[in-house]
Amino acid sequence: MMDTYGIMRAFADSWFLIAMFAFFVGAALFAFRPGSNKIHKDIANIPFRHEDKPAGDRD
Amino acid sequence: MWDYLKLVIFALITVLAAIAASYARDVAYQVHAILVVLIAAGLFVYTLRGVGNEKVVETGYMDGPVRVGVALTAFWGVVGFLVGTFIAFQLAFPDLNFAWAEGYLNFGRLRPLHTSAVIFAFGGTALITSSFYVVQRTSGARLWGGNLAWFVFWGYQIVILLAATGYLLGATQSKEYAEPEWYTDLWLTIVWVAYLLVFMGTLMKRKEPHIYVANWFFLSFIVTVAMLHVVNNLSIPVSLFGSKSVQVFAGVQDAMTQWWYGHNAVGFFLTAGFLGMMYYFVPKQAERPVFSYKLSIIHFWALIFLYIWAGPHHLHYTALPDWASTLGMVFSIVLWMPSWGGMINGLMTLSGAWDKLRTDPVIRMMVVSIGFYGMSTFEGPMMSIRAVNSLSHYTDWTIGHVHSGALGWNGMITFGMLYFLVPKLWNRAGLYSLKLVSWHFWLATIGIVLYAASMWVTGIMEGLMWREVDAQGFLVNSFADTVAAKFPMYVVRGLGGVLFLTGAVIMCYNLWMTVKRAPAAEAAGDAAAAPAE
Repeated sequence: MMDTYGIMRAFADSWFLIAMFAFFVGAALFAFRPGSNKIHKDIANIPFRHEDKPAGDRD
Repeated sequence: MWDYLKLVIFALITVLAAIAASYARDVAYQVHAILVVLIAAGLFVYTLRGVGNEKVVETGYMDGPVRVGVALTAFWGVVGFLVGTFIAFQLAFPDLNFAWAEGYLNFGRLRPLHTSAVIFAFGGTALITSSFYVVQRTSGARLWGGNLAWFVFWGYQIVILLAATGYLLGATQSKEYAEPEWYTDLWLTIVWVAYLLVFMGTLMKRKEPHIYVANWFFLSFIVTVAMLHVVNNLSIPVSLFGSKSVQVFAGVQDAMTQWWYGHNAVGFFLTAGFLGMMYYFVPKQAERPVFSYKLSIIHFWALIFLYIWAGPHHLHYTALPDWASTLGMVFSIVLWMPSWGGMINGLMTLSGAWDKLRTDPVIRMMVVSIGFYGMSTFEGPMMSIRAVNSLSHYTDWTIGHVHSGALGWNGMITFGMLYFLVPKLWNRAGLYSLKLVSWHFWLATIGIVLYAASMWVTGIMEGLMWREVDAQGFLVNSFADTVAAKFPMYVVRGLGGVLFLTGAVIMCYNLWMTVKRAPAAEAAGDAAAAPAE
């Protein structure tokens, strides 16, 4: 039982920590990928579309 | 076919609950079993009367639950604020713990009723309502799962009903913000899974290629709350016919699990979920897209990765190992960055439209709400520092901090959401009275200021009084001395509550009159264009 804890703890403190940190940094950097400005501008305007009815309803 | 299946299910539940009621080992369980009998029997009759009716395939957005949700959010808000104001005066004037209602309406029973009413009834209903509205508009799709959305909505109200009546009758597992007993927890788990299905299903059939950031926040709120709820409520009932249960964890493990849950209830229920509201309703009311979409992405991931570790700061100077509470403290301080990034993003959405602050009290409410988000997310990390915590912990400073976040951030953004939604949902040209919104705004703001300021004063005062020692090293003050010294601040706090409550009542009147009296909006022909104001 104690050994299981030790193994999992060592894993959590090293590789999994690195993996989570890498994912976070990757997600942040991905937001700045080339060409993202245009996409983000489009996404940011989603709230101003389809106010009254779903897309494709009697358009 | 489905109708007959439903009839069988309702009949079974009615009979089983009736059996449970007769075998009940305590009053709370019995009352709950009887409530379940009444609800299931009522649904049985309702379904029976509808058997054979032609099913109409409905199109368009599913706004039924949203409309009911708006009304219930306002209702639960007033109930929660009323109970809160009453218990504030109970603390100032202990005679309000009436002898005839001892064991039902004393402070100890009403306090969890207040916290659950404002967080889970008011806040939770607001979150379900707004997430149903927002996910449809930002996906360009009707809610997935048909009547499953109604199940989620009313199922959650049943949780509130069982929780609230349980507290008054003494059914509690005494975990803060997770007081409901085992059967209520199980029912909430079922409802929550259905909620996740409705939300995910709608996202999956979205017509927009991308998922708008508000939905990311809502989704993280739903997923994380499910995980927190299940782990923190691992308990074994003493009897199938009683409300009492025993926790699986014990000692410091239980304490850590509880505050891992407790702090993330703040982080994912009261922050992530309400940020979902902010990222939709602030741009809508300001009529311009969010200041920086990139910042909102980083805000999201940073919040998700940091918040989950902050819980141990509730357990400084306890049996919890030092490294764990240091970890919680460090992550709490790092959290300051994404919180302020999000605040800046929300506020700067108004850049170029600041003049609206002068003319639109609804946007003023939203801006003040974001301001309180910034202030309480600055105060929180500061209080999590061990040295500061040694002064602030167990004092009223903590209560002041919680209320500047809850009344200021959660309350104000929800009021803003209600003022935005009611004219939209009932097809009105605008609100009944902007002047009344201004009244609400000022009453609520002054109420919060009175509340927070009095709690700072009394909290720091009692913290200093508790640790004051004389030349020989003896404590100077008894506990009763601090209670006596706090009296004036308790009265001020109660008055702040009265102002906040009055504002909410004015809001209810205004929303009611908007539905009844405000002129109808023009025919929805020019729907594709930007909303006309």
